[in-house]
Amino acid sequence: MTAAAPAPSLTRRLGLALAAMLLAGGAIVAGLAFAYGRQAAGRTYDQLLIGAANQMAESVSLVDGRAVVDLPISAFQLLALAPDDRIFYAITGPEGQLITGEPLPPPSPDRPLETQPHSGEPVRFVTVNRVFSERGFSGAVTVTVGQTSRARDALATEITRNALIVMGIAGLLMALLAVIVARSALGPLGRIEAALAARAPQDVSPLTVPVPREIGRLVASLNGFMARLDRVLSANRRLTADASHQLRTPIAALRAQAELAADETDPERLRAIVGRIHARSRDLSRLAEQMLSHAMVIHRADAGALGPLDLRQVAMTAAEEVGHVLPDRAAELRLDLAEDPVPARGEALSLVEACKNLILNGLAHGASPVTIRAAQEGDMALLTITDAGPGPQPGQKAKPGATHGAGLGLTIVEAVADAHQGHIEKRMTAKGYAVSLILPALPEEPSP
Amino acid sequence: MTRALALLLALLAAAPLHAEPEAVADYGSGPTRLRVQGAADIASFGPVMQAFTEANPAYAVRLEQWNTNALHAVASADCRDGDFDADLVVSSAVDLQTWLVNQGCAQPHASALTAALPPGRIWRNELFGLTAEPAVIVYNRRLVPEAEAPTSRFQLLDLMRAPGKRYLGRIATYDIERSGVGYLFAFSDSVQASTFGSLIEAMGANGAVATCCSAEIIAGVAEGRWLIAYNVLGSYALPQADKNPDLAIIAPEDYTLMLSRAALIPRGAAHPEGSAALLDFLLSEAGQTELARQRLIVRMGENGDIQLRGQSAASIRPIELSPVLLLGLDRQRRERFLTAWRAAFAPR
Repeated sequence: MTAAAPAPSLTRRLGLALAAMLLAGGAIVAGLAFAYGRQAAGRTYDQLLIGAANQMAESVSLVDGRAVVDLPISAFQLLALAPDDRIFYAITGPEGQLITGEPLPPPSPDRPLETQPHSGEPVRFVTVNRVFSERGFSGAVTVTVGQTSRARDALATEITRNALIVMGIAGLLMALLAVIVARSALGPLGRIEAALAARAPQDVSPLTVPVPREIGRLVASLNGFMARLDRVLSANRRLTADASHQLRTPIAALRAQAELAADETDPERLRAIVGRIHARSRDLSRLAEQMLSHAMVIHRADAGALGPLDLRQVAMTAAEEVGHVLPDRAAELRLDLAEDPVPARGEALSLVEACKNLILNGLAHGASPVTIRAAQEGDMALLTITDAGPGPQPGQKAKPGATHGAGLGLTIVEAVADAHQGHIEKRMTAKGYAVSLILPALPEEPSP
Repeated sequence: MTRALALLLALLAAAPLHAEPEAVADYGSGPTRLRVQGAADIASFGPVMQAFTEANPAYAVRLEQWNTNALHAVASADCRDGDFDADLVVSSAVDLQTWLVNQGCAQPHASALTAALPPGRIWRNELFGLTAEPAVIVYNRRLVPEAEAPTSRFQLLDLMRAPGKRYLGRIATYDIERSGVGYLFAFSDSVQASTFGSLIEAMGANGAVATCCSAEIIAGVAEGRWLIAYNVLGSYALPQADKNPDLAIIAPEDYTLMLSRAALIPRGAAHPEGSAALLDFLLSEAGQTELARQRLIVRMGENGDIQLRGQSAASIRPIELSPVLLLGLDRQRRERFLTAWRAAFAPR
């Protein structure tokens, strides 16, 4: 949950992206619509023009070797379908002499349709030839018809405008849809927010809000985070319970001894009491130390990054550190390490601490020798501490203060196993009582 | 263009070219004087101009009365020479007006009033139909029995073909070579109906008289020189009929041509804003009311100026302002039409 300084709005970004898309698309569509509109309108009115020219050419006949024209009204009615356009026409004989109409610029021979400025406006001209070969008249009669371009321009504009209107409506609908989609897509976030806000402060159970797959990952990691939080909280609770349980007795004993000392007058017995007080307070300080270490281990295992490591290394370090603490008992430790590395994913310091606790338990409650074994069995990486003793007997309780914090030690181990997605197994074997810390083995991977 | 214009002018100018208007009248005393060239009688059009200057005191109007063909000759020559500088040109020869617009001689004007015009009364925002004037049959009530009065072209045909030759040489119509509006009506007839061929043939056989112009024809019928006149502009006949009870007017039942006298603003108009104001006045409620009072807008049907006898309003065929009118001006088409006409009316 890191908060970036200025939070960008998702909806605005979506809106901007959409607007950019619509603008670019709109420009392209407008261009296409305009080109298409011009072409379609041009073709439509060109056909009218050609039709009129053909009708005029059809009306040419030869009378006494002279071309005469009886223009049909339909040709003019056809041209008048472009209601506001001026029309020009010329019908000329083989030598270019005007038969009827008005003189027009000579048509380009290779282009039957062309647009030329004429009489102050762009005029579309079409030229049609009709060839006669009869006695007294041989050659082509040329019909040129021109029309100004208002109607075709208006049609092109109309086509373009309609296309743009349709596109504008589609764009608005798309924008509306995008807003709705964005709202509904972000809806589950609102539900998560509401569900979280409605919770009691201590409630760290997983969220069960129904969310789409895309947000499922967010909820999953939120739930994972809360599970970790839950573990830390319960470990803390356990620690507090253990600590109060384990601290109460030695402190009560200390107080009792101190009261005894206050009333004692015999110097010899007073000395003995002071010695006991010293031993008790030393145990108490060890206990406090262990509790702190416990807290540290739990924190590291939970919050620290789990990295690949070799359990053999853990076993060796643990044995070595126990040897340092209890030099007089180092000889009772045996290491039984696999030949190949035993890879697992974990946090070295907390694993070493857990291992140390198991060794110390073995030394405290079991019988020598204490064997530390690191091995891989299938997809499990094991760290097993075996002592030659018979295991905990019914009715046997940890003797608080007298040992190195036996009950607390196992609590630490359990917490570490939890944090590593592992567990603890206790059983009797031929060699004695074995406690295993079992972690998922890491697939073959070069360990650092 | 020049050559075509010259040819056209030569064709149109069978009558001698009048470089001067037939009459001139001034209205109002505003500082800006608009020059209106009209193929329109001062008697009927003048009061409308008077109404305009009263409604718009900033303007005075000089109205020139022209014969349609003379007006066209002057206008097209002015347009060619680039000094087409009248402020408004009004003519009943709407085909010639269309030709001027097609040649690019006019400038556009658009207003709420022009936008409200039906499509057949406006072209390119440059040519505007102002009036509604039917082509009617006029007869002398005193000399033609009610039962014989032709109510359609077919009855007119029957009358001319009837034995007895009562109407020989007593039927008149426009000389289409000299009257622009006469040519327009005749040509529209030829496009509208197949009866036209037999009609001029019968007219020719009947010694019908082709003459110029509206006033002369109507006066002739009133005097009894002619009994029946065909294709007379109703807007001229109506005021005469008001004065002379002998004159009767019939809108032909088969179809009645309806002319909308057209106005254009010349490209070189000296006071274009004045032209626009005058045009908008003529199209406005006030202008149209004044035009109706002068019988230039003829209301047809019940309570109208001319009764419709049983025929529906659909029989009224407006001559629409459109480039189709240019067909009648086609050189060869016109030549052939006139040849047929002359052949029919040739003195024998």
